[in-house]
Amino acid sequence: MSFLTITIAALFYAATAIFVLGLLYRIWLYAKVPAPLKIATTPAPVTKGGVVLRMFREVAFFESLFKSNKLLWILAVLFHFGLLLVLLRHLRYFIEPVPLVVELIQPFGKYAAFAMIIGLLGLWARRFLIDRVRYITAPSDHLMLALLVLIGLSGASMTFVAHTDIVGLKDFVMGLLTFDLKPLPADFLLVVHLFLVSVLMIVFPYSKLLHGVGVFFSPTRNMVDNPREQRHVAKWARKLEEENS
Amino acid sequence: MAKASFEVPEITGVTEVPKIEPDTMAHLETFRAKPEFMEALGFPGEMPEDWKEKTLEAMGDMLKKYRSLQVFLDSCVKCGACTDKCHYFLGTADPKNMPVARQDLLRKVYRRYFTLAGKFFPKLVGAVDLTKEVIDEWYNYYHQCSQCRRCSVFCPYGIDTAEISMAAREIMDRIGVGDKYCNEIIGKVYRIGNNLGLPEPALADTLEGLEEDVFDETGVNVRYPLDEKGAEILLVTPSADFFAEPHVDGLMGYGKVFHEAGVSWTLSSYASEAANFGMFIGSYENMRKISLRIRKAALDLGVKRIVFGECGHAWRVAYAFLNTLAGPFDFLDPDYPVPQHILEFTWGEIQKGTLNIDKSANDDMVVTFHDSCNVARATRMGDKPGGQFEIPRNVIKAVCNNYVDMPEGTIKEATFCCGGGGGLLTDDLMELRVKGAKPRMDALKSATDEYGVTHMAAICAICKSQFTKVIPYYGFDMDQIVSVHQLVSNALILTGQQEEGEEESEEDAA
Repeated sequence: MSFLTITIAALFYAATAIFVLGLLYRIWLYAKVPAPLKIATTPAPVTKGGVVLRMFREVAFFESLFKSNKLLWILAVLFHFGLLLVLLRHLRYFIEPVPLVVELIQPFGKYAAFAMIIGLLGLWARRFLIDRVRYITAPSDHLMLALLVLIGLSGASMTFVAHTDIVGLKDFVMGLLTFDLKPLPADFLLVVHLFLVSVLMIVFPYSKLLHGVGVFFSPTRNMVDNPREQRHVAKWARKLEEENS
Repeated sequence: MAKASFEVPEITGVTEVPKIEPDTMAHLETFRAKPEFMEALGFPGEMPEDWKEKTLEAMGDMLKKYRSLQVFLDSCVKCGACTDKCHYFLGTADPKNMPVARQDLLRKVYRRYFTLAGKFFPKLVGAVDLTKEVIDEWYNYYHQCSQCRRCSVFCPYGIDTAEISMAAREIMDRIGVGDKYCNEIIGKVYRIGNNLGLPEPALADTLEGLEEDVFDETGVNVRYPLDEKGAEILLVTPSADFFAEPHVDGLMGYGKVFHEAGVSWTLSSYASEAANFGMFIGSYENMRKISLRIRKAALDLGVKRIVFGECGHAWRVAYAFLNTLAGPFDFLDPDYPVPQHILEFTWGEIQKGTLNIDKSANDDMVVTFHDSCNVARATRMGDKPGGQFEIPRNVIKAVCNNYVDMPEGTIKEATFCCGGGGGLLTDDLMELRVKGAKPRMDALKSATDEYGVTHMAAICAICKSQFTKVIPYYGFDMDQIVSVHQLVSNALILTGQQEEGEEESEEDAA
C-alpha cells in the first residue's frame, strides 16, 4: 500500500471521527443548556407542529434571509442547494449498487457544482464590495470561503476537465468503509480534493460552520408561542423558587 | 425645532443605508451607577481586583444558563443580513451599531477564552484578550442597543442581539459596572413600588384628580380605584401613565372602558409599575423579584384577573415571562388569559357591543400606528399569531374614521424601535435617542406627505415619552403623539354622559 493511500485514509478516518464526535458534543451541549425564558421571535407558531413547519421553512427556504436581503438569499441558495445536490451525487461513491435516486440526481448534481461555486464567489465578493460586510469579515471568513471554493473547483475539474479514475476511487472508498484498504488513484486533483474535504470536516465543529446545527437549537425559532397557556421553568430557575419563594 | 449639540439627521421619507463611519458613537457613555445602587440590586459596588476572572466566570455561568447565548455566539457566519437592520446603525452610521458587530464585541472575548480556535489562533478568528478597554467598549455599545429584536427577524439563525446585550449587561453588573438609569430605577421599585418613585399618597391624589377631570368633562362618576380589595381586575400599568402626557389620557381611557364594561377594578400601590427593568439589565433574579410584586398584589387584593396597561417591554415581561417568573396563577379566574392586555380587553368589549362609540370625535385626526418593538416581536395579543398587529389597529379603526399605516418594512414585525427602548430613555443618551429615531421619523414623514397623517398612536410608555421628546428635533410637534386609549377615550360616550359634542357632530354632518 502506498504512503499516499495510507496518509489520506488515516486523515479521512481522523476527520470523520472529529467531525462526528465534535458535532455530537455540540449537539449535546446545546441540548443540555436550558432556555429559561420563552423568547420566540413573534409572530410565532402556537403549536409544536407549527414550530416544525417554521423550522422547515427556515432550513429549506431560508425564510428569514429572504426577508432580509434578496441578493444574499440567492447567493446562499445557490451555494447551499448546489452543495446539497453535489453531496447527494457523491453518494454513488459510497453505495454499491448505486440507488436509482442517486442515478437520477447525477446529471443535476454534476452541474450543481457550478451553482455552488458561483454562489460562493458571490458571497466572497460581498466581503470585498460591501463596506458593512467588509467591516465584519475576519481572516477566517476568507479562509473558509477559499477552502470551499477550492473544494468545488478541484471536484468540478475532475468531472469536467481532467477525469480521474472513478473506478479506482470507488474501490478506495468502499475499502475505507469496510476497513479493507484499497489503493487510492494517484491523481493530483483527487488528492487535493480529499485533503481539503478532510480539513473542512475537521474545522466544522470548531467554527462558524456550526450554524448548520445551531439553527435547530435557536430559541427564537424553535419555541412555541404559548407562555400564558403553559408554564415554562428551567431547572436552575426552579431552584431559585425553592430557595426564596 | 429643538436645539441639539450634535447633528440631527435629515429625514427624507426613505431611510437610506449609510456608508459606515467607524466610532462616530464611541464617545457616548451613559452615566454609571454609584456603588449604593449596585449593591441594592445584589451586585458588587465597584470593580473588584480580580475583575478579569470574575468577568470570565460570569460569562461561563451565563453560557451554562442561557441556550440563546451559547447558540448565538457559536452560530453567526457574518453573512451581513442584519447589518442594515438596526435603527441605531441607520441613524448613526457607526458600524459597531450593526447587530453583528455589536454581538462581536462579546463574541471576540468568548472566542478567545471559550473556543479552541480562539485559544490557538486568536488573530485568525478575530478573538481578543479581555482588557479594561474591552469592558469600556461593551459598556458604551451594549447601552446603544434597545433590545428591540428587529435584527432577530432577519437573521437566518434567529440570532437575537437583545439576548447578547442583556447577557453583556448582566456580566458587567456582576463586576460592578452598571448603568445609573436602569439600576436606580429598579432600586426605586423595590423601595417604593414604581419606576418614578410615586408613593401611595401621591398615587391616590393623582387618581382622585383624574376622577374629577373625567367628571368635569362628562358629568359621569368614573372611578379610578387604588388598593381596593375584592375588585375583579388588577390593572398594572407603567407609572408614567399616572402623570406624563399623553400617557395619562390613556389611563383615563382604561378607566372609562372598565366603567362601561361594568367590571370592578383596582390599581395597586405595591405593584404600581408594569415596566420591569430587570429585563433590560438581563437579570433573571431582579426580573423575578419585580414580577413577584405583581403576584403578591394580586393575592393581597384578592383579584380574579390581571390586566396590563399600554407598555411595550412591560408587555413582553408580562406576556412571555410572568407565568415563568411569578406563576402559576392558578388562583385567578381560568376563563381569562393571565395576564391580559388592556387592548385585548377593550377589543373584546367593542366586539360585544358594550361600548357606545362616536368615531367622529376623532375626525380632527388622521392617525397612524407605531408598532412597539417588543409588543410586535416578542408577544402576542389574542389567540392568533399576529394578533399584536391586528388588535391595536382594530381598536383604532373602531374609534377613528381616518387611519392609515406607515410604509411596509417599517411596521408590524419589521417595525422600527422608537429609539428609546431597552433602558436608554435617559437624557445623557439624547444624541443616540434622536439619531435612533430617524427610521421611524422617515416613515412618519412618508405617511405625512402621502396621507396627511396628523397623529401617531403608540401603546408603550417608553415610545410615548421618547417620541414626545425627540420628534420636535425633526420638525414635528409633540402633541402629535397619542395613546391608543386616548383615542378610545375621546370616542367613548359614557352611559348618562352630557354630550355637548353631539350637537357639534350633527353640525359636522350637515
